[in-house]
Amino acid sequence: MANLKELTHREDLLEGGHRLCAGCGASVAVRQVMLGVGGVPVVAGCATGCLEVSTTIYPYSSWKTPFIHNAFENSAATVSGVESAFKALKRAGKIPADKKMKFVAFGGDGGTYDIGLQSLSGAMERGHDMVYVCYDNGAYMNTGIQRSSATPMGAWATTAEVGKAQAGKVQPRKDLTSIMAAHNIPYVAQASVSHWKDLTAKAEKAFAVEGPAFLNVFAPCPRGWRIAYNKTIEIAKLAVQTGFWPLFEVEDGVWRQTVKVHSRKPVEEFLKPQGRFKHLFKPENAEVLAAVQAEVDRQWDYVVGRVERS
Amino acid sequence: MAEQKTLATTGNVMVAEAMRQCAPDVMAAYPITPQTTIVEEFARFVAQGRVHTEYVTVESEHSAMSACVGASAAGARVMTATSSQGLALMWEVLHIASGMRLPIVMANANRALSAPINIHCDHSDVMGSRDTGWVMLFAETAQEAYDNTIMAVRIAEHPDVLLPVMSCLDGFITTHSIDRARMLDDESVKAFVGEYEPAEHTLLDYEHPVTHGSFAGLGGPFFEFKKAQREAMERSREVIRDVGEEFERLSGRPFGKLEAWGMDDADVAVVVIGSTAGNARHVARELRGTGVKAGVVKVRCFRPFPYAELAAMLKGMKAVAVLDRAESFGAEGGPLFLEVRSALYDLDRRVPVVDYIYGLGGADVRLELIREVYDDLAGMAAGATGPEGLVYLGAR
Repeated sequence: MANLKELTHREDLLEGGHRLCAGCGASVAVRQVMLGVGGVPVVAGCATGCLEVSTTIYPYSSWKTPFIHNAFENSAATVSGVESAFKALKRAGKIPADKKMKFVAFGGDGGTYDIGLQSLSGAMERGHDMVYVCYDNGAYMNTGIQRSSATPMGAWATTAEVGKAQAGKVQPRKDLTSIMAAHNIPYVAQASVSHWKDLTAKAEKAFAVEGPAFLNVFAPCPRGWRIAYNKTIEIAKLAVQTGFWPLFEVEDGVWRQTVKVHSRKPVEEFLKPQGRFKHLFKPENAEVLAAVQAEVDRQWDYVVGRVERS
Repeated sequence: MAEQKTLATTGNVMVAEAMRQCAPDVMAAYPITPQTTIVEEFARFVAQGRVHTEYVTVESEHSAMSACVGASAAGARVMTATSSQGLALMWEVLHIASGMRLPIVMANANRALSAPINIHCDHSDVMGSRDTGWVMLFAETAQEAYDNTIMAVRIAEHPDVLLPVMSCLDGFITTHSIDRARMLDDESVKAFVGEYEPAEHTLLDYEHPVTHGSFAGLGGPFFEFKKAQREAMERSREVIRDVGEEFERLSGRPFGKLEAWGMDDADVAVVVIGSTAGNARHVARELRGTGVKAGVVKVRCFRPFPYAELAAMLKGMKAVAVLDRAESFGAEGGPLFLEVRSALYDLDRRVPVVDYIYGLGGADVRLELIREVYDDLAGMAAGATGPEGLVYLGAR
């Protein structure tokens, strides 16, 4: 796996000058993932969302690699078409048989956990040689901070409001990474923009496998999380240290924790700096706060259990 | 003219054979009645190694069209097939395929849309997608379904057009009935459609990276893109005519955007799309025996709609009936009626036109029903008033 010095010599395939917000986790996620391609030509697909609209404002493009956007829910299906064309044109002799190319699809949590889940599942089941990357910022940020199934329990969102009758999102977040692991594809991992070495190593592995791979990358959204633009990495790190976002990989069915957290901090430390959780610290919402911690513990135990049984 | 063999087979088999002969690089498809036997037949060709096609067995029609978009943008010749609810599920991506100017060819087995659920033929599926920017061809027979599929490839990929083409055939009537059809040899079709050379840089051309499907929403040229799409559709008129003429030289079968029967001296005419044209001709022929000057106009190309040609054909008619196999609730009549009346608007003399909604959800189109239509027309030609508003032909 590459060290930091080696990584700095690799070309960024996402050019600066895009119009994502300052401190956006998505662009960091894309850059770090793309560093893992390792010099092989790569075609990128993207679901409708912040990343896509901010990087492809016609007639400009921030992508220094071939890029396709189709719609919100179908980046996995679209890229599976691109990859199929590559295979077919090779078979027809129109592309040299030894030519190597990689294919990657990006989607936010809305386009991945929710509306795009079917297309993602189909593409993974069919075994296309592609990497699917979800940049998880826990809401429909492009549409204005509406809840997704990745939104954490207790978080405020514009469709999971805070009031007398409800304290933010009622339901716990969907465990998409486990769902993808259940597809029994060669490589699945959960990573965070705060842990660049772990993330780039996982991206390298994902691109190296023949067949489908899935990366779920924690990518804070300063605007939606009500944090300062220079706190992105700090908050992402707290998500890992509190066990809210365990870093693990599932390689050929074997679960492994890639970053050990020896003394897990209380989840409060991750929640407190964020405006979207501020209501949880009022006395009347103590129970919700306890429920959030219990949910984090449950999920942590689940991952640790899977790792121990592997 | 090329060698041809005569087969007794179904429209779906003929479409699958045409697709095999056109050798798509990628086929992405999902089965749906009554299209299913197309994708099954094609799967057999793949299994037998008779095509080099990468067959993407997607999990939905939405993903079928999405994968087609990806593959086409990557520079592949791409095909798919669908029907009814499947076409409806694709609707979002149909716009994207045409907006990105991707020459995808799709067969659509016309079938009613729910609710109530129904698997039989009508044109509500395709008419629901008529404004998605696709060229739309219709077949009356298995033969036409085969011919249209082959011509569709040339029309879609023509550098002046670069639009997706939908080739429609009537569910069960044309898709499943055994019909007589003539098939060209593989080499002739291969030579006719030619090797696909993408007009522009593709996604797989890494040396010239392109961005497909970018964002033109902040005062960007979205409006101008749509105008360019309209212009491409207009240019397709000439291409469709030329490809049709070339195909006639190859196959001996003439292709017209409109096909006229008895129109040289007709007083009254029926305008119809698809398999019912045969019934209409049969009745018109009978009526000719009794001295009624009956004609039939079959619309084989619905988008772009041949307004000028239709107006020239119907000019001077004493009465015209439009047979619509789809509804347009709240409109003056069905989709074909609206087009026909629009085509006639600029004529000096107003031609009386009546709309008949028929055969929804596969309701039988018996010859007596067509006779009723011609009876109405004969009455109108003799000075009687036609039916008030549209007629639900044969509805109980």
